Amino acid sequence: MNRFDFKRVDSVQAAVTLLCEIEDSSVLAGGQTLIPTMKQGLSAPAALIDLGGISELREIRIEEDAIVVGAMCTHADVANSSSIRQHIPGLAHLAGQIGDAQVRNRGTIGGSIANNDPAADYPAACLGLDATILTDKRAIAADSFFLGLFETALDEGELITGVRFRHCRRSTYLKFRNPASRFAIVGVFVGRGKEGWRVAITGAGRDGVFRWRAAEEALNGDCRPQALEPLRLSIEEMLDDIHAKGDYRAHLIKVLACDAVEKLLR
Amino acid sequence: MTRVTIYINGETVDEEVEDRTLLVDFLRVNRRLTGTHVGCDTSQCGACVVHVDGEAVKSCAMLAVQCEGRDVRTIEGLTDGEALHAMQKAFHECHALQCGFCTPGMIMSAVDMVRRHGAELDETTIRHELEGNICRCTGYENIVKAIRQGSREMQR
Repeated sequence: MNRFDFKRVDSVQAAVTLLCEIEDSSVLAGGQTLIPTMKQGLSAPAALIDLGGISELREIRIEEDAIVVGAMCTHADVANSSSIRQHIPGLAHLAGQIGDAQVRNRGTIGGSIANNDPAADYPAACLGLDATILTDKRAIAADSFFLGLFETALDEGELITGVRFRHCRRSTYLKFRNPASRFAIVGVFVGRGKEGWRVAITGAGRDGVFRWRAAEEALNGDCRPQALEPLRLSIEEMLDDIHAKGDYRAHLIKVLACDAVEKLLR
Repeated sequence: MTRVTIYINGETVDEEVEDRTLLVDFLRVNRRLTGTHVGCDTSQCGACVVHVDGEAVKSCAMLAVQCEGRDVRTIEGLTDGEALHAMQKAFHECHALQCGFCTPGMIMSAVDMVRRHGAELDETTIRHELEGNICRCTGYENIVKAIRQGSREMQR
């Protein structure tokens, strides 16, 4: 691992100030991606600004019809939160399937979203639940946040502080995982909110997480799994790598989406 | 370099460390606590699992400086003195190891599992929870058996 300066901060403002001041610096959230990446020499920041000491980022705030999850909440925090399990069961279920138990004790929602790995789970929940990403400067709708592989709408020096999820009792996440890495080969988040169905797909898209709008429209007309039967995904838009071919991923999306809808109707 | 104060197995440790030092290297090299192992370089094998403030973490994916003011427990600190912890005893009795390399991580994960799920662990829960710990000898049968036994013993 390269040498770097480790900076501890106790406020969002202090973190942002350092992030802007120090060239090639990076924030450190749970470190479950960043540290392994640095060990492999794939990333070599000059300084790490540790967010672990900012207690306000670890809060889960209950609002009337929404829950705001602090950026530094771990996957275990989300999976075990009774409010999230009650009001947004799909989100808690998704968090409980990320990585393994030890990773869930350290990895954070803010880190996962900021990294936007094409096979990460949380981006699917954000899109599938029409979430709002909160930063130190503004609120960004999930629909405009995820821009491509490892790319987001975050500006240089902008920090995620939390994610607001509106309640969605009818929501679930099904994942076909790579048995070695536990990342999604395909992950399908399905939610039925006030504005209708949302279907978000991770692990499979050539440009990262995406909404399967044809499926949403079909379900808004006929909310049975059979409504998805005639749909075809474009194989050209699927990831195609050593883990799975594009046509296999397209097939898996449909199978998992049908299962998820069936599960929600039960 | 950064000065850190970490409580390791009940002892206060106050030391200067290079910022890039991984917790696992700090434990093994600086503190000579070599019961925590390194089995992979990709944070997948779980041989390096220790508890930080009571929660199981992979010490190869955490920096020593992140443990400032925290309580770290390793396999060496699971019990006072010579007597084995109930989970260690169960691994011994169930023959839940062959080469033993993964065992410290398995036991630390198992103890955390009991903390979160209680004494009556069923096989499905144990197998799901063991996803982050790899054993290349036993085929897991006896490990699962040992964790069931150990979890019951821990509550006595």
